[in-house]
Amino acid sequence: MDLLTEKPDQEYLVQIRNLNCSIGKRVIHKGINLDIPRGKVTTIMGPSGCGKTTLLRLIGRQVRADSGQILVDGVNVSRLDLDGLYALRKRMGMMFQSGALFTHLTVFDNVAFPLHEHTRLSESMIRHIVLMKLQAVGLRGARDLFPGELSGGMARRVALARAIALDPMMIMYDEPFTGQDPITVGIIMQLIRLLNDTLGITSIIVSHDVQEVCTISDQLYMLSEGKVISHGTPDEMQHSSSDAVQQFMHAFPDGPVAFHYPAPDYYEDLIQA
Amino acid sequence: MHDTRNREIAVGIFVAIGLAALLMLSLQVSNISNFTGGEGYTLSARFDNIGGLKVKSPVRIGGVRIGRITDISYDEKIYEAVVTMRIQQQQNRIPDDTIANIYTAGLLGEQYIGLEPGGSETFLTNGDEFSETTSAIVLERLIGEAIFSKKNDP
Amino acid sequence: MKILDSFQRLGQNSERLFAHTGASSLFLLRILAGIPSLCGHMRLLLQQMYSVGVQTLTIISVSGLAVGMVLGLQMYNILVDISAENTLGHVVALSLVRELGPVLTGLLFAGRAGSALTAEIGLMKATDQLAGMEMMAVDPVKRVIVPRFVAGVISMPLLAAIFSAVGILGSYLVGVDLLGVDEGAFWSRMQAHVDLYGDVLNGVIKSLVFGILVAWIAVYEGYHAEATTEGVSQATTRTVVHSAFAILGMDFILTGLMFGD
Repeated sequence: MDLLTEKPDQEYLVQIRNLNCSIGKRVIHKGINLDIPRGKVTTIMGPSGCGKTTLLRLIGRQVRADSGQILVDGVNVSRLDLDGLYALRKRMGMMFQSGALFTHLTVFDNVAFPLHEHTRLSESMIRHIVLMKLQAVGLRGARDLFPGELSGGMARRVALARAIALDPMMIMYDEPFTGQDPITVGIIMQLIRLLNDTLGITSIIVSHDVQEVCTISDQLYMLSEGKVISHGTPDEMQHSSSDAVQQFMHAFPDGPVAFHYPAPDYYEDLIQA
Repeated sequence: MHDTRNREIAVGIFVAIGLAALLMLSLQVSNISNFTGGEGYTLSARFDNIGGLKVKSPVRIGGVRIGRITDISYDEKIYEAVVTMRIQQQQNRIPDDTIANIYTAGLLGEQYIGLEPGGSETFLTNGDEFSETTSAIVLERLIGEAIFSKKNDP
Repeated sequence: MKILDSFQRLGQNSERLFAHTGASSLFLLRILAGIPSLCGHMRLLLQQMYSVGVQTLTIISVSGLAVGMVLGLQMYNILVDISAENTLGHVVALSLVRELGPVLTGLLFAGRAGSALTAEIGLMKATDQLAGMEMMAVDPVKRVIVPRFVAGVISMPLLAAIFSAVGILGSYLVGVDLLGVDEGAFWSRMQAHVDLYGDVLNGVIKSLVFGILVAWIAVYEGYHAEATTEGVSQATTRTVVHSAFAILGMDFILTGLMFGD
């Protein structure tokens, strides 16, 4: 695909062209093209180890790409200097799989952290904002707890409150549903949708939980072996003609992703005394 | 908040103890008042042999320390050692015919310069040199002489 | 073939050593450049002074007292044979102030505070706290690493001074109170022979250098630890071992420079 001009696009917030990335000697991405629409929930799916999380880190430039373009609101992240990068990151929120809360700070101080760092608001103003954000995720009553005293689901909700503290233009969710009980999954799904719609935030989810993702996403991208193999609405993906997509969406044990790890012929292997 | 306050107090106490320890090391353990760079004046003396005398060895009159040796050098023209010492400012009545001796405190003790005051009415001032000195007693030479005299003395 | 293999291993090892030296020097420069950012965040420094300094105080005072008492006893037994027990204070004070204070404090500091620093930073990395901070447009080197490094550098000379002071008191207890060395001789001999600049100040400089070394190694290992449980535990071990080697090696160099002639 052709390279883009570096200016904000009306329709898409994040645009990725011909992205190649490798970590150490392992090639992660081989020419990825992606467009993430403004104000919608977009999910990037794919089997484990296909580079989904790395893609989020590339968008926040915690990892650098080998080549290709990553435009966030018309800004090429690979060419930003540190000040520019930090200015951009203030407009991004990220919810890590572990929550990534600061263990030595209370829930309240965790949410207040970005406000203390990046604003000159008065203490009472910060208190108001923090309580508002905590109220939005339903944890205003847990403000004095430490992260060690929270359940996994609560920690993610606090992380979400912290991610929206600076009213970002987009939030990236890294595996938000993994390892949570059904109620928590329901709460997180509702929160993602609600924040997206009421605040007009663009949401990017990385996940392999097909059911949940199909329910809340507007658009799906499927990655496999470092490439985008398909994209479309959840409905289109469910009825895709591609074998790989079908295997993933319906959890078939065998298909393009083979059940067997590459091995010599079984019969040959056995008679080799 | 209460916890934070207690911690800050603890840090304050820690720093205070640390500074107190430093102060003790500089005042009680080392002696700041006898420090060579302080108030005082400089005298020098020439010796044939200084034995085990070292920089910072004490200078005494009647056993009382009044200064320290600041420098030891060798004058190659006259083959003698030149010892420079710093004397406390208040000890300014050292007669100019004082003899500078090198003594040893005990058999294995440190060596020091002992001053034996004369009777002159003029006193040494900054930069002066002792007119008369006696060198260190070298134990080996003493023993050697004793054995030698024994031999010649049937 | 074996010889070639060992040469290859030697090459790999030195390559790794050079890479480490380069990377850790760059990291030190980043830390030093971040020190001005501490202004306005003194509370962070105070918190770290608490965990690095205050919490190390107990082990330092207990060890200092024990070392001082044992040193007093041993030295007395040696000195009394040559009727020089009056020099006990002088001998003990010099060995503590010049060598044992800074070196033992450095080793204990690496074991108590250095390893804790590495483990804490490594765990923050393993639980994405550092990455999270970066994504919030806050430099973790400035907010996490710099306060810990500075706290370590400030605490070390104070701890070493406390170690020496407590050690001297310990030897005083054993020598004067228990074994009957003359009190006046104990202190006056000490004062006559311990020099403020030559001994006390050089000891402080030594402990400051050891503090920089240990704090540097600890935060470097933590920040560059592999983000797994195993990686963090290995990094913690490396902190203690590398700090010990660095302290002992540097002590040799510093002693040569300070007391060499």
